Amino acid sequence: MEATVLPEVTSLGVIIKAIIILAIISAVAGFGTYIERKILAFMQRRLGPMHVGPFGLLQIAADGIKLFTQEDIIPQNANKFIFQIAPAITAATAFIALAAVPVFPDFTIPEFIPLLGGTFVPSIAADINVGILFILGMMASGLYGPLLAGMAQANKWGIIGSARTAIQFLSYEVVTGLSILAPIMLVGSLSLVDFNEYQAGGIGSWLIWQQPVAFVLFLIAGFAETNRTPFDLLEHEAEVISGYATEYSGMRWGMFFIGEYANMITVAILASVMFLGGYNDLGFIAGWFIIIGKIAFFFFLMLWVRASWPHIRPDQLMWLCWKVLMPLAMINILITAIVVMI
Amino acid sequence: MYEQIAFYLFSVLTIGLFLVTVLSKNILYAMTSLAAGMVLISGFFFLLEADFLGVVQLIVYVGAVMALYAFAMMFFDATRDIKEKTTNDALVFFLGGMVALVLVLIFLAPVFSENIQAMYPSVEGVGNAQAVGMVLFTKYLVPFEVAALMLLVAMIAGIILAGKKMDHSLTTNDDKVISQEDTK
Repeated sequence: MEATVLPEVTSLGVIIKAIIILAIISAVAGFGTYIERKILAFMQRRLGPMHVGPFGLLQIAADGIKLFTQEDIIPQNANKFIFQIAPAITAATAFIALAAVPVFPDFTIPEFIPLLGGTFVPSIAADINVGILFILGMMASGLYGPLLAGMAQANKWGIIGSARTAIQFLSYEVVTGLSILAPIMLVGSLSLVDFNEYQAGGIGSWLIWQQPVAFVLFLIAGFAETNRTPFDLLEHEAEVISGYATEYSGMRWGMFFIGEYANMITVAILASVMFLGGYNDLGFIAGWFIIIGKIAFFFFLMLWVRASWPHIRPDQLMWLCWKVLMPLAMINILITAIVVMI
Repeated sequence: MYEQIAFYLFSVLTIGLFLVTVLSKNILYAMTSLAAGMVLISGFFFLLEADFLGVVQLIVYVGAVMALYAFAMMFFDATRDIKEKTTNDALVFFLGGMVALVLVLIFLAPVFSENIQAMYPSVEGVGNAQAVGMVLFTKYLVPFEVAALMLLVAMIAGIILAGKKMDHSLTTNDDKVISQEDTK
């Protein structure tokens, strides 16, 4: 953020930014459920939600009312305190991760608005120079939500769900780290802003052309990180009822859901900023529109994969991550290092 | 101002959480407060503008404590309190107190003798990750390589311990193969 002449970032601006992120991502998460159901229905030759409102659009509102008014049941033998805070961990860490992600462009609130007029709202709420690692670390600690939820609820399915959480974490984490190492070596920085500037020269300079292997590895690890379908071991309903979420109802269950969708959006933003040119302008198309398009594409890709692929067993995930993806990532790093040195 | 408020907030929370870790008899409370305390310690690094170390603290300990949870899951019922088998409370109290005292003395000694000085002052205009890398690959190269070697040894040992029946999967219900193995 050094070359551009930007207005000073005030704490008021950061607070406004945080509220915007919370409001919009929560709303998008709600809308995402509708889109997911519609797209899955389309791919499976069904109609999806149709009855509430035009094209079933008001289904979101109906679901929201249901979640908010449902009774909040806490099982008798559960560890009540842990049981209650577990969903908050998932939701909170998902949003904390978004603090270091560039979401939406910079803007200044117009002067005519009372109180807040003239406040500069930055693109990143917390512009730390190790953004990528921070986001991955926060998303990783988000897995404590499912883990604690499963262990606290005194339910066999919950325990299985949290055991699978630990397995999943130990499987994909190494692949995520190693896959982004090669692009980091090329860019020479851990900041997402630097990644964006590195790819400013149009489609040809996108990192996906230089690092196709890293891109695919990161996407696969991202699917595991967000519990999307080929790797949704934690709550696969055909095997473990609902895994860690078995005993949850109402808004506590809804918080798991919001957290998962916020993580999906974070992974989509990370993939598009790190490999697909970020929020740079593309010809005559504005950058903010491009990045929304890319995020939407990755969101769609996740639904597409969910409709296309069956999910795999925990041992298959471990086999995939440690015996296939990790060696690939290591070879990729080795080749990148040799090329960078030469 | 904000930094002081944040520092005291983080200190109180961290000490409180680690106290829960030590004093609680519920395995779930102990593990959770340990994880939360580890995460909050990274807050101190962020306050000191050592972003990289803070993030490393976050990533490393989140993963490490997650592995501890796995053991807790295998050995304990997480929703019940644990009955500790301490035969002599006075001895435990005495030993614990002495260890704490020794630790306090060790950490206070350099403060009182005023021997703390930055041997490697931070280089200007260099990011966090670069600064850590420069120290790690010049001054601390030998400890770094030794640590790498020790990790390699641990990894090989792990593979040897776990690798006896690696050839067949336990989940694919290969009864025939397993029974053949047993009869050998």
